[in-house]
Amino acid sequence: MSPFPSSRFPHPHPHPTQFGVPVLSRRGLLRGAAVGTGALGLSGLLSACGERPADENTVTFGSNQSDPVPREALAQVVATFEEESDLTVEVNTVDHNTFQENINRYLQGTPDDVFTWFAGYRMQFFAAQGLLTPISDVWEDIGDQYSDAMRDQSTGEDGEQYFVPFYYYPWAMFYRPSVWAERGYTPPTTFDEYIALCDRMRADGLVPIAFGNEDGWPAMGTFDYLNMRINGYEFHAALMRGEESWEDPAVREVFATWAELLPYCQEGANGRIWQDAAQALVNGEAGMYLLGMFVGQQFPDDQRDDLDFFPFPEINPEHGQGAVEAPIDGFLISAEARNVDGAKELLRFLASAEAQELYLASDPNNIAANSTADTSNYSAMQNKAVELVSNATHISQFMDRDTRPDFASTVMIPSLQQFINDPSDIDGLLRQIEEQKQSIFDDE
Amino acid sequence: MTTTPLAPSAGATTSSDGPPSGSRRARRVRRLGPRDITVLAVLLGAALVLDLALVWGPTVASITLSFTDWNGISDLRWVGTENYQDIVSTYPPFQRAVRNNVLWLAFLALVATPLGLLFAVLLDREIRFTRFYQSAFYLPVVLSLAIVGFIAQLVYARDYGALNALLGRENNPIDWLGDPDINIWAVLGAAGWRHVGYVMILYLAGLKAVDPSLKEAAAIDGASEVQTFFRVTLPTMRPINIIVLVITVIEGLRAFDIVYAINNGRNGLELLSVLVTENIVGEASRIGFGSALAVILLVIALGFIVTYLVQILREDRR
Repeated sequence: MSPFPSSRFPHPHPHPTQFGVPVLSRRGLLRGAAVGTGALGLSGLLSACGERPADENTVTFGSNQSDPVPREALAQVVATFEEESDLTVEVNTVDHNTFQENINRYLQGTPDDVFTWFAGYRMQFFAAQGLLTPISDVWEDIGDQYSDAMRDQSTGEDGEQYFVPFYYYPWAMFYRPSVWAERGYTPPTTFDEYIALCDRMRADGLVPIAFGNEDGWPAMGTFDYLNMRINGYEFHAALMRGEESWEDPAVREVFATWAELLPYCQEGANGRIWQDAAQALVNGEAGMYLLGMFVGQQFPDDQRDDLDFFPFPEINPEHGQGAVEAPIDGFLISAEARNVDGAKELLRFLASAEAQELYLASDPNNIAANSTADTSNYSAMQNKAVELVSNATHISQFMDRDTRPDFASTVMIPSLQQFINDPSDIDGLLRQIEEQKQSIFDDE
Repeated sequence: MTTTPLAPSAGATTSSDGPPSGSRRARRVRRLGPRDITVLAVLLGAALVLDLALVWGPTVASITLSFTDWNGISDLRWVGTENYQDIVSTYPPFQRAVRNNVLWLAFLALVATPLGLLFAVLLDREIRFTRFYQSAFYLPVVLSLAIVGFIAQLVYARDYGALNALLGRENNPIDWLGDPDINIWAVLGAAGWRHVGYVMILYLAGLKAVDPSLKEAAAIDGASEVQTFFRVTLPTMRPINIIVLVITVIEGLRAFDIVYAINNGRNGLELLSVLVTENIVGEASRIGFGSALAVILLVIALGFIVTYLVQILREDRR
């Protein structure tokens, strides 16, 4: 027991909040409260006047192209459209990640007439919720300039088209030809050759496969390719739609094969961002890297030519190397669009070879989606990417675009990271995934 | 104050056994004129409306949503306690998050807070360079936890981090942030670095205010220095102790920014606050499921708040 029961008596020393913090006067407090309630009232007013009048000559355009290069490139495309038509386009650019994270609220609020988005399930999901305007009539005009694979990826579950593809970028195994020439490596086409090459690289003191998965999504690319090579595109697509079980032995086989590959991958992947893994490739420490063509952004300008790729090797001869992962970016019209005719006119222009060529002139890490686009200005790698995709039997979009976004982000990212940390308990992992899949997919 | 016409002495009542409390109450009510009542009603009303609208409204909404599977677009559909069952049985990040939140709280309460107190006591003795040490320990408090997260990445990064270089492990680096078995400790180190400074400055202020004559008296009574500290100084600083305790619990429950800055709170760095965000904000929009997680966090927080309030009220009543 303390001999000084001081706690019940008022203390002579000051209350800690008085150190350094100015003590508010009553009047100051009241003034603050008045300002606070005023602000609240104001925000209510603001949200009440969200309705904009329809203007036949204006099309609003929500863009997630917030990086300087693509933003400027898109601005040029829009300026050209304004010259050629009598419409004005009001572009609202929002930070890329913010745009994606707020897409649900955006589409239910007062969205722009036209907005940037992705192909595949990620588009079909919104179409099924009635948040998009179908544009099958636009496709009657532009359809002959696009491959069937592009049309499939632009079509909703109800058979109507909703999406205009703008550009795409394939995923493949990237490497530096100069490093490979020095050591005499050649691109493998089968899985056995691939493993043999990994062994050779390791003996030569290289990390065979660069790998960075801190953000969680890069590992999805490895899963997608392994699954499409082992079980084929149809199975992969059905698995992504939630129609196949994750506990199927076919899925188990994918993870078992991946477990064989992991020892050849750069260690500590879950603590490394993809940009740092790409640096390992740039610096010649790693032999190859499975990533999208945007890996080129990490190469200094004068070394861009020293970058090449080969398609992910064949594993099951039945499925060969035909399926290619090539996410497509493009445009949609919201269901709430005020100027639908103007929006469709803008989409017709964005679908044209002219618009896409104009855009790619300043952003060369992509390929025009329009198959009539002029390829004479393409780099060797862009041309090779065109060939890869045009010969593809199937085009997948990437796991987080081919399945429900909630399943991809809250189930698959943690699960794949767990697998990379500890590849030993595949059965337990797949049971976890399947249980969560059922609770997420069952609400449809 | 004393000129009120209804003072008991001037009252018309002659009954000496009338309840005195009644007349006192009447006097108190009468003192509030209509204007006072209006002002009171407006001020209290505004506070009440704001409290209901900004605190209790969203709370009730969250609890309601936690029994639905709403995704932000679809119609509300009741699923009963399914979200809670899924969280406990089939959502592996939840258990890791609870473990990490408990670790976080325990580490701050049992390691960082006592360390802050120790530093405060040492610095209070006016040792040499005391101002320098004070600023050095207090500096991290000025930084937001997100910034601390970025600093932690520079220190702990596997490939280019300062710590592996210091340890001379460039060739066999430790993956401080990528290895889910150790990254929570690395992050706790960084969070504790900031918390120690915060606690230290609070206690330093408290120590300066302790009446030196108390310590003198204790010394005259023959108390050793350690006895004086634990039996005299520390109990005297009771208000500070309570504030430090509250801050520690709040920091433990609201921890978010540092792990979000490091790896979005995944791969061993799961926290309840992060899981709520990941499910609700963002494209996932599992609003029902995320609300259920938020309600669990609310219940845990309420546990601490109720304990604290009961303690305070009991003190007041004594």
